[in-house]
Amino acid sequence: MSTEARKPPPQIALKIRRILGGRAGWNGVAVQFAFAAILGWIGYEIISNARANLENQHIAAGFGFLRNNAGFDVNQTLISYSGSDTFLRVFVVGLLNTLVVSAVGIVFATVIGFIVALCRLSPNWLLSRVSEIYVEVIRNLPLLFQILFWYLAVLAALPNPRQSISLLGIAFISNRGLVIPSAIGERGLEPFLAMLAFGVVASLALHFHARRALFRQGRVIRIWPYVLGLLFGLPLATVLMFGLPLTFELPQLRGFNFAGGSRIIPEFVALTLALSTYTAAFIAEIVRAGILSVHKGQMEAGSSLGLSRGATLRLIVVPQAMRVIVPPLTNQYLNLTKNSSLAVAIGYPDLVSVFAGTSLSQTGQAIEIIAMTMGMYLLISLFTSAVMSVYGWRVNRGLGA
Amino acid sequence: MSDVTSLSFVRRDLLAERPAPVKTTGFIGLMRTRLFNSPTNILLTVVGALLLWFTIVPSVKFLMVDAVWTGQDRTACLPENAGFVVGACWPYIQAKLPQLIYGFYPEAERWRVNVTFLLSAVLLVPLLVPRLPAKGINASLFFVAFPVVAFFLLYGGGIKGFGLSWTAGLLQLFDESIIGAGQALLNLSKTSAIGPLLWSLGSLIMLVGTAISWLIFPLTWLSDHIQGTAQPVWIDFAVTAAIVSLVAFVLGGGVRAGGRALVTSVAVFIGIAVVIQLMGLDRGGLPVVSTNLWGGLLVTLVVSVTGIVTSLPIGIALALGRRSTIPLIRIFSITFIEFWRGVPLITVLFFATYMLPLFLPGNFSVDGLVRALIGIALFTGAYQAENVRGGLAAIPRGQSEAAAALGLSWWKTTSLIVLPQALRHVIPNLVNSFISLFKDTSLVSIVALFDLLGSLRASFSDPKWSTPSTAFTGFAFAGIIYFVFCFGMSRYSLFVEHRLNAHRRN
Repeated sequence: MSTEARKPPPQIALKIRRILGGRAGWNGVAVQFAFAAILGWIGYEIISNARANLENQHIAAGFGFLRNNAGFDVNQTLISYSGSDTFLRVFVVGLLNTLVVSAVGIVFATVIGFIVALCRLSPNWLLSRVSEIYVEVIRNLPLLFQILFWYLAVLAALPNPRQSISLLGIAFISNRGLVIPSAIGERGLEPFLAMLAFGVVASLALHFHARRALFRQGRVIRIWPYVLGLLFGLPLATVLMFGLPLTFELPQLRGFNFAGGSRIIPEFVALTLALSTYTAAFIAEIVRAGILSVHKGQMEAGSSLGLSRGATLRLIVVPQAMRVIVPPLTNQYLNLTKNSSLAVAIGYPDLVSVFAGTSLSQTGQAIEIIAMTMGMYLLISLFTSAVMSVYGWRVNRGLGA
Repeated sequence: MSDVTSLSFVRRDLLAERPAPVKTTGFIGLMRTRLFNSPTNILLTVVGALLLWFTIVPSVKFLMVDAVWTGQDRTACLPENAGFVVGACWPYIQAKLPQLIYGFYPEAERWRVNVTFLLSAVLLVPLLVPRLPAKGINASLFFVAFPVVAFFLLYGGGIKGFGLSWTAGLLQLFDESIIGAGQALLNLSKTSAIGPLLWSLGSLIMLVGTAISWLIFPLTWLSDHIQGTAQPVWIDFAVTAAIVSLVAFVLGGGVRAGGRALVTSVAVFIGIAVVIQLMGLDRGGLPVVSTNLWGGLLVTLVVSVTGIVTSLPIGIALALGRRSTIPLIRIFSITFIEFWRGVPLITVLFFATYMLPLFLPGNFSVDGLVRALIGIALFTGAYQAENVRGGLAAIPRGQSEAAAALGLSWWKTTSLIVLPQALRHVIPNLVNSFISLFKDTSLVSIVALFDLLGSLRASFSDPKWSTPSTAFTGFAFAGIIYFVFCFGMSRYSLFVEHRLNAHRRN
């Protein structure tokens, strides 16, 4: 006679109750009904009011206005655009401007942030104090204040183009913006780029192969001469065969302004300066915290294994620090992208400025335009957080293995 | 024996003094160990010194040495007249100071702003010093009573009724909206394909609406009668005080234990009565100063304090909702939080300025400042929710389990056991959010409100003071104000963090 454990009772009602009402049971279900009723009521009020208000103002709801002609100009466009283009094109132009200022800002912010963090951690007392002052001052002033400071005070105080400040005779900065040499593609550009791309792909493949060989069979393969050859030798050979890929046109002062070269509008310069220095202060703190979070013993253990200081840093300290640094760093990149919307204060034609600003005042389609703008930023941040959760999942998997 | 004595050694003369160890403390020690101990470090020190030289010296020169301190208009600050390269133009700040602090607030009424500033300082300072007692009363005064008083001080105006009339009015509005919705459904049912369903739903809603109107009838009748009397505010006040005190007495435990609740309630109502009498709210109050006249530091502080006061309850509610197990509430909270956190504040302000008026009934116009405040409250609330959630997650489960074992309800567990501990954990994070809120208030200048930065920018365009150094002077002044506030808050947050982590120090 065997005594088997009795099966637990199915308790279907209990399970349904848990699914519908959470831990609060039927009370939870009742709360949800009340909550849904309130939400429905608010939604009804919003829709009926909006409909009545739009009727009063004679505005047709819907996205049809996107096909209308915009009729205004934008002073920085990455794709061809003229006043006779549609509002949809304005949206794309603004979005591209936002993305370009964010990308440039992210690059500069990362570079400045890492430099400041290293200075703060340096054993030199004076340098660490100087970078501490930088971080404290920048972090305690509003970003808009800094943008306006660069735009209204610093850039406006620069001389006019005739007396512009020359940076090594290549770039010129004045109150009309920054003029830099423009690159002109030559005949050799396409083979050069193709070879460069091939070199990068081949070097990556070599790197993976070498890593695999090291981890699977313990063989150390020396790859750097090949990588060097692929990355520099091949493109150089194409340059010798097909001629130079690019020529630079230097800006020349003619009359009251510059001819040649490409002009970067002062709004872009001010915005990039403010965004990158502001975000750099936050990045510096993140990097410092990340490096300090690696226990001192890790460094000591590395040197007791006979690794050099550089190898210990590269193989032991930095990978652990990066795990702490990367998530908040991405957050800062996202913040920078969102903060670039402050461009509207100085008239840099970003998404908010040209679409939620000028287009909104021209068409009066507040609901559609603001929903599209908010939706775009939401999309960017959701995409970033999706990438970050994949990253987090990979890091956790790496830790578990 | 003699062997032993000859082997033993006794030193007969003093050793020569060893040289003192290299000094590693003090200024010399600092220079030796941290500034000039290696060639690289010497180089870095030189770089640092150069950096300081090229930033500190010109700033000091600009702010102090080359500055112009007195003058009537721009001519005093022009290099031709001053005779040297002019730095800061301080007379410009002196002339614009009222505008930078009060905006266009009428000069005769500025004492009201000063009284509000003073009141907030008097209430805030004891709240921030941990050693002082009566934190509960102090906090409720600052977070509940002060905003109301400040509203009547800054905006002005009086009240026509009190709790009873307000409740009756709100309920009537709600009931009308329900009946309107039912009516709309009934109208729709005549043409729609699913007519009968809509008809029955509409009838049901109409029924509920009518039932509510019958339920609230005594209330509306009473409030109508009170409005007809000679002293509506005071009669309404007395009725409200009596009802609320009675309810507090009964809920507080009746004859057995309700005395305390009754005393608290009566004391609160006496306080309210004193405020109403002092400010003459029943007689129309102070003259109304419309918000488009407000400006400068006043708007900055009003926006940030309102944001701080309103965002915290929103944040707590959302954080609790996000941790709730009830599906709809959790999903709503997550969506709400992630939505506001995913968009930039400036689009939120655009939303509040251009979209919100469309969502409200046509006859119901909202002040520009209030719109911005709503946007900022929602935006900051979402961020505060994540802070509070961090604190809630840090409380061990055993705490709420122990509370459940004692038989406490969910509300009591949350409000008495979990939340106090959780909030104490996250005070530094909350203060950090307040700092970023304070900095973010500068964004309201984009939606045509003249905060400190907006007033500053407006003052640049005054031809009376246009000199080459006006912009730099203005930014220096505003920057110092912003820095003092933000730096002060961040130091305070560090201080609180240090105090809270007392048990971790060694």
